[in-house]
Amino acid sequence: MTLKLENVTKKFGSFTAVDNLSLEIPDNQIFGFLGANGAGKTTTFRMILNLLDQSSGTITWREQKIDYSKSDLIGYLPEERGLYPKLKVREQLIYLGKLRGMTKQDVIEELTKWLDRLKVPQYMDMKVEELSKGGNQQKIQFISAVIHKPQLLILDEPFSGLDPVNVELLKEAVVELKENGTSIVFSSHRMEHVEELCQHLCMMQHGKPILHGDIREIKRSFGKKNLSIQADFNLDFVERIPGVVKVKYLADRALCQIENEDISQHILEQLIGKGFVRKFELDEPSLNDIFIEKAGAAYE
Amino acid sequence: MYQQLEARLTAGDANFDIQRFDGSLDEAKEAVLDESYVSAIEITESADGLPSAVYHSADYSTQSIEMRLQNELQQMKVEIATNQSGIDPAIIASIYEPIPFENKLIASGDGETSDVKTEEELSGARGLVYVILFLLYFTVIAYGNMIAMDIANEKTSRVMEILISSSSPVSQMFAKILGIGLVGLTQILAFLVVGYLVIVQKQDELVGGFFEFFGLSDISPSTFVYAVVFFLLGYFLYATLAAMLGSLVSRTEDVQQLMMPVTLLIVAAFMITMFGLNMPESTIVVVSSYIPFFSPLSMFLRVGGLLDIPFWEIGLSILILIATIILFAVVGARVYRGGVLMYGTSTSLKDFKKALQLSKKE
Repeated sequence: MTLKLENVTKKFGSFTAVDNLSLEIPDNQIFGFLGANGAGKTTTFRMILNLLDQSSGTITWREQKIDYSKSDLIGYLPEERGLYPKLKVREQLIYLGKLRGMTKQDVIEELTKWLDRLKVPQYMDMKVEELSKGGNQQKIQFISAVIHKPQLLILDEPFSGLDPVNVELLKEAVVELKENGTSIVFSSHRMEHVEELCQHLCMMQHGKPILHGDIREIKRSFGKKNLSIQADFNLDFVERIPGVVKVKYLADRALCQIENEDISQHILEQLIGKGFVRKFELDEPSLNDIFIEKAGAAYE
Repeated sequence: MYQQLEARLTAGDANFDIQRFDGSLDEAKEAVLDESYVSAIEITESADGLPSAVYHSADYSTQSIEMRLQNELQQMKVEIATNQSGIDPAIIASIYEPIPFENKLIASGDGETSDVKTEEELSGARGLVYVILFLLYFTVIAYGNMIAMDIANEKTSRVMEILISSSSPVSQMFAKILGIGLVGLTQILAFLVVGYLVIVQKQDELVGGFFEFFGLSDISPSTFVYAVVFFLLGYFLYATLAAMLGSLVSRTEDVQQLMMPVTLLIVAAFMITMFGLNMPESTIVVVSSYIPFFSPLSMFLRVGGLLDIPFWEIGLSILILIATIILFAVVGARVYRGGVLMYGTSTSLKDFKKALQLSKKE
């Protein structure tokens, strides 16, 4: 009952967009795809949906290849947003819903529910071109991806371009869908969204998976920890303590990355007696730290 | 002489009003400029009693009146001249009488002439060919563009990716062709119904050359069936081509540019058939009736406008046409599948290659 990618490679001419990607995406979970633009996320999604054929490797969902006979079970929010600008929201969703095997009545019923859920019931009879491009069209498009209660939902950058209030609204909706039994794969270049929502993730760079698995496992096996120190004296000496990878000095505190949690105790010993220590906090590394470490590239 | 002219003019047409003008020529000209009269005619009689005339009018818009006056005066002149020379009017009449001329077909060996199209059928067919030519020409240009435009629109608004993730590009492509085809049929039917009603209403006024030459009254059923067959095949051929091209562009502005070759093809087909309308067996028509892009028009021209074409020739042409449509459909579907994911500004033939590449594995 999983989505399985085995040694999937996609080449466009001489350019390799996805390189030997193997993944298992469990059911009833939210799976996060991370990576910069051009990392191969969208290409991977398109291959999963059979819009593109992979150059080699296999992709199966519930032991079968995904094709149009399963389109009623699958929801897709493409990265490039687009709806018919001249159609009213209602007509639009009836058309798209029918393509996914729904009846007109079901669509109206579900659409009413979703519009209320996303706090935009007044949009029912408005034309899409009258809605604001960023937030509200995106909500409608999100509804078009989930209205037929898909069992597998693929969201390509679902939160990009939304304000924080709407991001929260959509996140809640995504979590609720998961709790109702939908398997969700979503991509983002925002680490915190992935951190917040996913149990499993995959990080891609230049078409290669550089990290994947259970999020806690990844953090644990990464080993390194973050240490935040706030004290009334100069902390320069900390970066000379063995086991400290790097130190970033902020206005009121120092952020250290350390090899493992034992190092923190050495640091603590050295701090004692030097003066007043206001804060000494040991923390899990963020995905951002891990990514920067693994990819050697800076991220927004 | 005036009374004779007035009698002649008003005999044929009660609406024709002619009056003797009592006054000078200049006054008559003034009256015409005042629009009291349409025009004025100054008739003088020569020494031997023959008429000559000067026609005065404000502009050239009254030429039909001028023609009638001239005609009547001409006839009067002939009458006067023959009277003067003393020839018996009966002899004159027999001179002008048309000779008996009859058109009879040569019966073949078994004495049958029935499989040869009658003259009425021929002009009927010519009319139908004419109508179908215009319909196909109009349909391809209008609805072919509509198809390409629609697909490009779906790409521009980026709704395409949702669509192709919901149902297969191939069925979408043909749904589009069929859907717009039906829109086209509805609109054309509306035109035809209106046109038919107008013709029926005004039937009495629309007699004469054009309608006799293109009479649609006596069409043989087979011609009609061929008309429908070739019309549909022609539409499908060009529509598939248009859909394929539409999937290649990502901006509606580029559609016209890419549709240009298609438009040129149908214009060429139109020219060939127009040329062939009066000689349907000329080499260029015969050859083009086997070339897919031209055959819907030129083969139909031959079928409709000619006496007898062996069935295998029609069959061959239809087969080639169907094969081409299938070929275009297969290639088109693949181009479409890759094309709809392709976004860029170029509109060259390189895009074909790119789209095909996108739709296959490597």
